[in-house]
Amino acid sequence: MATIEINNRISEIIDGKRVITKKPELLAPAGNLEKLKIAVHYGADAVFIGGQEFGLRSNAGNFSIDEMREGVEFANKYGAKIYVTTNIFAHNDNMDGLEDYLMAIEGTGVTGIIVADPLIIETCREVAPKLEIHLSTQQSLSNWKAVQYWKDEGLNRVVLARETGAEEIKLMKENVDIEIESFVHGAMCIAYSGRCVLSNHMTARDSNRGGCCQSCRWDYDLYAVEDGEEKPLFEQGDEAFAMSPKDLNLIESIPKIIELGIDSMKVEGRMKSIHYIATVVTVYRKVMDAYCADPENFVVKKEWIEELAKCANRETDSSFFEGEPGFEQQMFGTHSKQTTYDFCGMVLDYDEETQMITLQQRNYFKPGDEVEFFGPNIENFRVVVEEIFDEKGNSLDAARHPLEIVRFKCPHKVNSYDMMRKEMR
Amino acid sequence: MNKPELLVTPKSVSHVEALLEAGADAFLIGEEKFGLRLAGEFTLEDVKTITTLVHAAGKKVYVAMNAIFHNDRVPLLAPYMKAIDEIGVDAIYFGDPAVVMTKRELDSKTPLHWDAETIATNWFQANYWGKRGATRAYLARELGVEEIIEIKENADVEIEVQVHGMTCMFQSKRPLLGNYFLYQGKAMEVENRKEARNMFLYDKERGNKYPIYEDYNGTHIYSPADMCIIDELEELFEANIDVFRIEGVLHEEAYIVTVVEQYRKAIDAYFENEDTYIDMKEELVEAIEAIQPALRPMDTGFFFKETVY
Repeated sequence: MATIEINNRISEIIDGKRVITKKPELLAPAGNLEKLKIAVHYGADAVFIGGQEFGLRSNAGNFSIDEMREGVEFANKYGAKIYVTTNIFAHNDNMDGLEDYLMAIEGTGVTGIIVADPLIIETCREVAPKLEIHLSTQQSLSNWKAVQYWKDEGLNRVVLARETGAEEIKLMKENVDIEIESFVHGAMCIAYSGRCVLSNHMTARDSNRGGCCQSCRWDYDLYAVEDGEEKPLFEQGDEAFAMSPKDLNLIESIPKIIELGIDSMKVEGRMKSIHYIATVVTVYRKVMDAYCADPENFVVKKEWIEELAKCANRETDSSFFEGEPGFEQQMFGTHSKQTTYDFCGMVLDYDEETQMITLQQRNYFKPGDEVEFFGPNIENFRVVVEEIFDEKGNSLDAARHPLEIVRFKCPHKVNSYDMMRKEMR
Repeated sequence: MNKPELLVTPKSVSHVEALLEAGADAFLIGEEKFGLRLAGEFTLEDVKTITTLVHAAGKKVYVAMNAIFHNDRVPLLAPYMKAIDEIGVDAIYFGDPAVVMTKRELDSKTPLHWDAETIATNWFQANYWGKRGATRAYLARELGVEEIIEIKENADVEIEVQVHGMTCMFQSKRPLLGNYFLYQGKAMEVENRKEARNMFLYDKERGNKYPIYEDYNGTHIYSPADMCIIDELEELFEANIDVFRIEGVLHEEAYIVTVVEQYRKAIDAYFENEDTYIDMKEELVEAIEAIQPALRPMDTGFFFKETVY
């Protein structure tokens, strides 16, 4: 019964064909203004960013209040929303300045904040009531009754613990009428978020205030104490004990996510590059749109999965959404894989008459290299780079300098913000 | 100034008797299906026995419902809370708001103590949960003594701090030990060691050993040293901290008894005369050092250590 109700809510029969009318929001990360613009331009419905205080990624670029305002103006043109992460667990001395900060955020026109600490929730309600309040995954929200609690507290949306599976989310959706945001792609914490202070103990950096140094990605040796003796539980040549989880990747679960009525699909990674954001957002956008337009005839295309792999720097997996993870969902011995593609440049302009691309260089490339272009409004294509010129028209033996403006001829039309990458061989 | 309550997590029913003798004022017990990282496993029948025993001595019993609950455990919350209500324990420890909801539904009269482990970092949160039924907050162990005192000054609820024992620094839902054994192709080890609590991770770079074990709630990793601040209690006394916790998890019963005895002496001495306590410090520390397991160095946790971010 319940499943049928959800189906009714998310779809309609139009001209005899079932169409999804309640599309989830595609929510992308952005560590700075450039990344925000790329995420929105490539099809994100919403972007989450960090401000300079009260957020959890001290190392990410993060936004000043003025930059937030500029981000909102840009996003408004696309009808996209901006959320600001303010998800630290505050200590007493973090309380100063919170009210002014929240009022300033509200003033920029962003839609809401992502919060874990009730201090920030309650303060926001008082001083910045126009902001939506979304509960952060730092609260490790794992059951429907706790979801009901936050609904009763007046929150607009909850982000679930990464440890929740599809069946669990289904029950939450059936029992509580609140927006649910769920992670679909990116790095995972191996611990319940918020319940890990390895960084505090090992490096005196507070993980719950943005100082996490990812001690969980290090190698350890496992021992047992037997009769007072320390006995290694590994043999010579064995891989060390590791807790590094594979990254999340739910591209093939998109139909299930949409049918469950999940409201927002969250891509993790405020530290990631524009190439990563552009690639992930484009693929998720395409798959979501394809499914919603014609769910009955939808199939996952191999090219989508291959495309996503082009920006991956770790192996990926679908747990917890598709089931409890086992050892196959962790990485032992290896910590990352070599990226298979280099991001070579971003298109600034294309002259249809001369077929000349103006490109901002991001990584080395030279004439004769086979490169691939992708973008939100083009199908991927490959070309071999011909002669390269600098801005003054001088011929170059290679594009060597980051952010250098170069030109070269390309018979296919491209658009500003399209990206060029090169397969590593 | 009032004497702080000396709370301990015991390992067994008979251990409770020994700890009453040693001078403990309160006991936190429960079972791993509902409570996190308890020193022992106690059925409802045990809770009943212990409550009778402890109440007869004029002391307090609390039951832990501080796990992170998934949907599968939600239907179990109300029956368990009802049973606890009937036994008449003095409070329930919780971290998950599902417990607050359950208390409201049952109109349970058993008070709540807020215990959300690592995230209990400021006085506002303590008071926030105070408004929702909590009468006490157990603070995160990653706080400095100045922060603890400021929280106490601003709190409308009782404040509990850990003074001794191991502190948990990590909880994963994943069976990380079992996964490692399976990865190594040692399925037998999973069976043999599932219940074992004798393993540790060695961090070569720091020379640290972190105890690790698995249970119903996942995998837990502990601090490399035991907190011991028996000779640094003045500021906590002066600040009127309400509860001192001695964490019994992963220690022997006899060890916990001796530790409780020393803290009992410290508290009683201070309230008799501050100088008596000061004169006694060395002796108290020595008594604990004498029984401290070789594998477990002692430190003062984050009491005097600042973190950056």
